[in-house]
Amino acid sequence: MVMARPFEALVDEHGAVVLRVVRALLGPADAEDAWAETFLAALEAYPRLRPGGNVRGWLVTIAHHIAVDHLRAAARRAEPSGDVPERAATGPGSGADAVADRDPQLWAALAVLPFKQRAAVAYHHVAGLPYAEVGPLIGSSEVAARRAAADGIARLRSTYREGAAS
Amino acid sequence: MTTEIEPAGALGADLTARVPEDLRARLATAAEAAGVLDVAYRWVDSPLGPLLVAATTEGVVRVAFDREGHEAVLAELAARVSPRVLRAPRRLDPVTRQLDEYFAGDRRSFEVPVDLRLARGFRRTVLEHLRTIPYGSVESYAAVASASGSPAAVRAAGTACATNPVPVLVPCHRVVRSDGSLGRYLGGVEVKAALLALEGRRESG
Repeated sequence: MVMARPFEALVDEHGAVVLRVVRALLGPADAEDAWAETFLAALEAYPRLRPGGNVRGWLVTIAHHIAVDHLRAAARRAEPSGDVPERAATGPGSGADAVADRDPQLWAALAVLPFKQRAAVAYHHVAGLPYAEVGPLIGSSEVAARRAAADGIARLRSTYREGAAS
Repeated sequence: MTTEIEPAGALGADLTARVPEDLRARLATAAEAAGVLDVAYRWVDSPLGPLLVAATTEGVVRVAFDREGHEAVLAELAARVSPRVLRAPRRLDPVTRQLDEYFAGDRRSFEVPVDLRLARGFRRTVLEHLRTIPYGSVESYAAVASASGSPAAVRAAGTACATNPVPVLVPCHRVVRSDGSLGRYLGGVEVKAALLALEGRRESG
């Protein structure tokens, strides 16, 4: 029988990855709110999680729904439409975030990607999820998820290099 | 496998980086407010080495010595109480302060709720009795067995002491052998001697 691990062990093991995922999705300014909401929702649901399951995929799925909620709320504030906006709700924040401070161009470049590309890049390249899991999360097939991530990386490569070279 | 290119590499960097402490504290506060912090724990420095102290919403459920192993103790709490275990110091503020006072010799009894759910039946009865043994006093295992309603159950009384989930707060260190020698202690016999010395006793090992 697989015993449930103490939740603290999940925070230790996956906390940093989930923080980078929500930074990639929302930008550094909203990332900490989304991280705290993700782990609170996970803690609430944790006793019902099947032991031995894919914990990182589960956490990223929760983070995805919370990030989508954040983006929808931001869109409602900006304009009366329920769709997920193509752009991140917030650009890279100033200060606060050590990684953004070190590499602000990367976060700026991510923020202008279409949401599906940004999410595909985050779930595959940051969280390490296989495209077979990324696809259902972003409402696409495995093939389309792979293409979205490749397109996102290609676009990041061009904008990021331009920014870094300036 | 795609070849690693700069943006993906930068995105994946620092995966071993830790979540900032203030963000973890925020999670702990939110979890407490939402009523989903089933087990809060922290480390407390003491003259006996670091103690892991854990509390449910009912009270302190576990005090563990370093030698019991951090991971083993947390795994036991996850299995026997709830997997919703989080490092969340605030719930432990009162017991931490009282432990500090106790080890400084400024406190003779603890005034924090204790949750004895990890002990059942006779063991729990024994622990309830131990809480009545005053600071600086000792009782024999035989006397503890009698006081717990089973004079013949001396060995079981010893087992109850040896498996006390909340040592120091429930003073199993105040139970010694009838010949005056210390007997066993989960934290090590030298820790038992140190606690009794703190309380002004000089028992022979």
